[in-house]
Amino acid sequence: MTKKLKQNLFDWHLISTAAIESVVKLNPLYQIRKPVMFVVEIGSVLTTALFITCLFKPLGEPPAFILAVSLWLWFTVIFANFAESMAEGRGKAQAENLRSSRRDIQANLIPTPDRNAKVTVVSSSKLRKGDYVIVKAGDIIPSDGEVTEGVASVNESAITGESAPVIRESGGDRSAVTGGTMIVSDWLIIRITANPGETFIDRMISMVEGAKRQKTPNEIALDILLAGLTIIFLIATVTIVPFSFFSVKAISQGTPVSVTIVTALLVCLIPTTIGGLLSAIGIAGMDRMIQANVIAMSGRAVEAAGDVDVLLLDKTGTITLGNRQATEFIPVRGIDVKALADAAQLASLADETPEGRSIVVLAKNLYGIRERDINTLHAKFIPFSAHTRMSGVNMDGKEIRKGASDAVLEYVRNQGGVFPSDVGSIVDEIAREGATPLVVAEGKKVLGVIRLKDIVKGGIKERFAQLRRMGIKTVMITGDNPLTAAAVAADAGVDDFLAEATPEAKLKLIREHQAGGRLVAMTGDGTNDAPALAQADVAVAMNTGTQAAKEAGNMVDLDSNPTKLIEIVEIGKQLLITRGTLTTFSVANDVAKYFAILPAAFVGIYPALGVLNVMKLATPLSAILSAVIFNALIIVLLIPLALRGVKYRPLGASALLRNNLLIYGLGGVIVPFIGIKAIDMLISTLHIF
Amino acid sequence: MAVLRTSIVSLVVFTVMLGIIYPLAMTGIAQAVFPDKANGSIIVKNGKTVGSSLIGQPFSAPGYFWSRPSATTPYPYNGVSSSSSNLGQNNPDLQKALADRISALKTADPENTKPIPIDLITSSGSGLDPHISPAAALYQIHRVAKHRGLSESIVTSLVEKHTEPRQFGIFGEPVVNVVKLNIALDKLN
Amino acid sequence: MTGSGLFQIGLYFAVLVVLIKPLGSYMAKVYEGTPNLLTPILRPVEKLLYRIFGVHSDDEMPWRTYTASVLVFNLLGAIVVYLLQRFQQSLPLNPQGFPAVSWDSSFNTAVSFITNTNWQGYGGESTMSYLTQMMGLGVQNFLSAATAMAVLIALIRGFVRRNAQTIGNFWVDFTRSILYILLPLSIVFTVVLVSQGVVQNFKPYRTASLMQTVSYDKPVVDSQGNTVKDASGKDKTEPAVMKEQQIPFGPAASQIAIKQLGTNGGGFFNVNSAHPFENPTPLSNFLESLAILLIAAALCYTFGKMAGDTRQGWALLAAMFIILIPLLIFCYYSETIDAPYVKNLGAAVTSDGNMEGKEVRIGVANSALWATVTTAASNGSVNAMHDSFSPLGGLIPLFLMQLGEIIFGGVGSGLYGMIVFAIISVFVAGLMVGRTPEYLGKKIESFEMKMSSLVILIPAVCVLLGTAIAVIAKDGVAGIANPGPHGFSEILYAFSSCANNNGSAFAGLSANTLFYNIVLGIVMLLGRFGVIVPVLAIAGSLAGKKHVPVGSGTLPTHTPLFVVFLIGIIIIVGALTFLPSLSLGPIAEHLTAIK
Repeated sequence: MTKKLKQNLFDWHLISTAAIESVVKLNPLYQIRKPVMFVVEIGSVLTTALFITCLFKPLGEPPAFILAVSLWLWFTVIFANFAESMAEGRGKAQAENLRSSRRDIQANLIPTPDRNAKVTVVSSSKLRKGDYVIVKAGDIIPSDGEVTEGVASVNESAITGESAPVIRESGGDRSAVTGGTMIVSDWLIIRITANPGETFIDRMISMVEGAKRQKTPNEIALDILLAGLTIIFLIATVTIVPFSFFSVKAISQGTPVSVTIVTALLVCLIPTTIGGLLSAIGIAGMDRMIQANVIAMSGRAVEAAGDVDVLLLDKTGTITLGNRQATEFIPVRGIDVKALADAAQLASLADETPEGRSIVVLAKNLYGIRERDINTLHAKFIPFSAHTRMSGVNMDGKEIRKGASDAVLEYVRNQGGVFPSDVGSIVDEIAREGATPLVVAEGKKVLGVIRLKDIVKGGIKERFAQLRRMGIKTVMITGDNPLTAAAVAADAGVDDFLAEATPEAKLKLIREHQAGGRLVAMTGDGTNDAPALAQADVAVAMNTGTQAAKEAGNMVDLDSNPTKLIEIVEIGKQLLITRGTLTTFSVANDVAKYFAILPAAFVGIYPALGVLNVMKLATPLSAILSAVIFNALIIVLLIPLALRGVKYRPLGASALLRNNLLIYGLGGVIVPFIGIKAIDMLISTLHIF
Repeated sequence: MAVLRTSIVSLVVFTVMLGIIYPLAMTGIAQAVFPDKANGSIIVKNGKTVGSSLIGQPFSAPGYFWSRPSATTPYPYNGVSSSSSNLGQNNPDLQKALADRISALKTADPENTKPIPIDLITSSGSGLDPHISPAAALYQIHRVAKHRGLSESIVTSLVEKHTEPRQFGIFGEPVVNVVKLNIALDKLN
Repeated sequence: MTGSGLFQIGLYFAVLVVLIKPLGSYMAKVYEGTPNLLTPILRPVEKLLYRIFGVHSDDEMPWRTYTASVLVFNLLGAIVVYLLQRFQQSLPLNPQGFPAVSWDSSFNTAVSFITNTNWQGYGGESTMSYLTQMMGLGVQNFLSAATAMAVLIALIRGFVRRNAQTIGNFWVDFTRSILYILLPLSIVFTVVLVSQGVVQNFKPYRTASLMQTVSYDKPVVDSQGNTVKDASGKDKTEPAVMKEQQIPFGPAASQIAIKQLGTNGGGFFNVNSAHPFENPTPLSNFLESLAILLIAAALCYTFGKMAGDTRQGWALLAAMFIILIPLLIFCYYSETIDAPYVKNLGAAVTSDGNMEGKEVRIGVANSALWATVTTAASNGSVNAMHDSFSPLGGLIPLFLMQLGEIIFGGVGSGLYGMIVFAIISVFVAGLMVGRTPEYLGKKIESFEMKMSSLVILIPAVCVLLGTAIAVIAKDGVAGIANPGPHGFSEILYAFSSCANNNGSAFAGLSANTLFYNIVLGIVMLLGRFGVIVPVLAIAGSLAGKKHVPVGSGTLPTHTPLFVVFLIGIIIIVGALTFLPSLSLGPIAEHLTAIK
């Protein structure tokens, strides 16, 4: 789905569907939820009524003018609807894809979790929580569930877009399966964990469709502010009618300002740009999450992501590569480093773990010890076992071993050897630096120590520096001892770490941060992460994780990529920034609109007020019409921005505000002057008014 | 109910404290320390109250320095009804009033062709302004001297004597107190 | 503009700035209950008062109780002021024997003084007995100021407290405002004013014999005291000669001190501080104008101090100064350029400024300064007649009031209004940096936005709707004094003044009528309590929230950038709301006149 999600912004099918939708949405019952646009719609109806009236009874203004204003007011509403439909449309297209994988399918219901139980074929829509089903290679898993028996490879591309099959097996952290995914090999017995309509795919569909979209807290607050501004401007414009009546009487000249003009002014002043795009911005924010392959369970979570103060990140897989690498050979006194490297290489030749491979590579790189053919050496390789905690080789009567310091110590002692005094200090030194020491011994003689180091992912340090600039603190969670943890933390550039982390310690850490007023985000996949995920404000569960983890989190990352958190935070911030900047832009626009409409409206009463026509617009009528047209068109022009979101750059708050103020505040003041003037020139060139 | 009780009690207490004790105490202090100022800076001449040095009086006789026009009703410089014209700058009535005042000044002193300082023909905010600008006093010297039969230099030096500079050399504007000036003028003759 | 004028304006601000920190930190100590300069003398008095009131100083109130206390106390205050006026003829200290004030005027005045508006539909020296002035109006000068200061302190506590249910005790905040701040300053200021010639006595008016008698047209009155009209409908007059002048007295200085310090502005005499007994010398003028901004400015420092970050207070102050000073210079400039009436007279006159409605001792610079600061603050006292200002000179006071009385504003009320604007600015700016907005560590959410919107909405709607009603109503139009667009400005000014609790006027408007007394009275009530209630609601809501620690992602609210943004929001909201009405008033008048 990853590929399918990346849609072109201007897909013609999408646009035509949205165009139809935007007319359907003129329904006032729908508009009343959006106070700003509702006012515009009332204005549209009012001016339409005026137009019809003036066909029978002259109103002082040319009917064509009233019609033009009326049409453009309708367009304003339609354009806003269009923006929303475009945003929804993209979600809908994705929902269609998902739906196809939710088709009603046949499920093999079994009464007990037993492979040989009698199978009843039922429709997947009949499955309830607690039912057992059996699925075999080639079947589609009928609903979400927990594997109770069996191991199978499952193609989850319907959900994740990743076509490589994944292993699902009972017990442990890989037991969750998702309805709609396909078994590629083997079989599974699954306990169903979701009732029809509540499955993961169902939730995804409703999220992307926006069907269950509720306004987020910041959106509600912004809505209130916009409603407040709308009321102020409503009063400011409606009172123009009595004011102008009085003025006409007071100086006995001119005509009062008409209802058409007042309506035009009102629509231009109320924040239609942000009012029209607000819901589109929200939907598009959710959409961007989906494009990042993250399914947010609520818009609130997306918004909260922007507010995150603390990121809890697992060390392994997120901060460091999953494995360690050899970086140095340190011989004990009296041993040649080359001999150590040679022995280490021999002991690792058959060791196919990444650590083992890295020892061979290091020996070659540092001392030119070529890789030898295992088969010609007549060697017996001793694999690593949990019991001995060592691996090695027996060759030509030599026994070479490498392993943890205490394991090798015991081995050497058993052979009657002595542990050289400097080994202890070398081992401690390495541990202090956050690396893992691997002691190498030949027989009863200790040769030296291999330094295995955690390799911090490339670019992660810069990422954390960025986060710091964004005001986000990073905390590394690791099972390592504090010494090692501190060293890795310093290497990776995280702000803090939690060593020897247990689920309880994680939960406690989150609570502490929250008590301090901070918002905490974390990722997790295991069942033991569930309590911490439930406690965190933004909790991203890995899609490969357990059902418990997914249910405890408020987002699921389909790519199961722990670094995704950073992207999630950026998307959350982008959502807020887009709202803020468009609000500023919208209000800043009013300055130019005033200079267009006010002189036009009042010049009939006080000709001297023509001085305020700083744009030198051709006629009062064209001035008013130009402002109205600009006001409608700007919505269309900003749809791409609303859907894409304003670019977020990880700068400090002040720098961000300054940049956005310059672009959207100052720009918001200047742009309409140019736009309105241009439209006016067009209108006057065409001699329309 | 507790709110109501506390409200009533505190209102009574504060009314007594701020509405009775405070003004009475202040009056006591004022009368003790600045009795003259606290009682209106009254000017007494021959045992008769002739006015306050702070409250302007109407003068229209050519032998007096004229005060600024006063908009109090029903007569100018009505001490119990301070008020202003409240005429807007562009009100034709203001233009007309100015023309009338200019012509009155010109009629009283036809030879004087100097431009008239604006404060002499505009009405003050209080209607009780005791002052005119030094320029407005100088403008009137010719007329006053002529009608009093005094030399202009004597009148001029009297005006200069009554010209008060800015307070401490900083605050406000230089002024001439018309009431005090006219009293001094009467003393001259 | 003269060098001396600009110097006096510069001196004014220099002295003001110097006083902000000492007074501001003193007030912070007072409200936090820590020992201060006056504790040794006043603490026993304070304790005694609490005992009489039945108040325990550490009994905290939730915001609803706090609000209820404010409302009930002010309602009672209004009733007392109303009754004092209605029955003054039967009460003592009425040496001039003034009759009862009409019910509508009494209502208007009572509302006017409890709301700290001090709009005056009446002329003090010809209407109110000494007792009414002292026990009604003078007392409310203190109480209304202290009410707003208490509300401000409650709001500040909302920011300071964490997870708290209460926002302080109204009676404590209120009593301390009076006892430690308003009263001591008033006492000192009274003495200074008397030294300059402000009257302070209980004597009946004194009669002086005029040096020159005046003949005038005396209106004819019938036996009931009503004026008689002649055949053409004008007041009938008869020639008369005036030989005496009544010199008005009263306990003026004590009331003027608090009227300036408490941003009340209701004059003892009709023409307020243009009256020589209310503002006798340039020095008294300087100090009275200083008193207008003194407490309001220092409270910004108090705010920063109590909030634990004085930079926050300085930032708001900076926004205030940056808005105020250019407007002041513009006003001063507009008053010095030759008015059309001067131009029409040509060489016949010399002019260095518009002197119509101004006092010579005060001059143009100090009149412009006062007009600007008295409307920046919600004081509303005047030392020159705003109605006679040039159209653009008069636009400045009008616009400053329309901004919502937040550029210094009333003591307490100005700052809580400004804080609400800061909340709105933080909200928009916060979104722009991609975080749920926070101000002083408190998250700004939908409830705060709802209340903040009300705070901005209510006065603005009162101004515009009130003006709309008055320009349509026959009784509204009847009050107009000046023709053309200026008449519109008079009505607009009245509603801008009352809805924002300023109290100054384009005084040509005859507002002591049934229509204006009632409509403006309602507008004053809405403009005051329609703001106080949401502000206290915000205080309550903020107090209950936890504190968000500052990080580098937090939008700093003490930086020049934020100040600029805040100013932008204030100006844009104000300008966008009132530009149409200002266009039809002062702007149309100015542009038409210069054509």
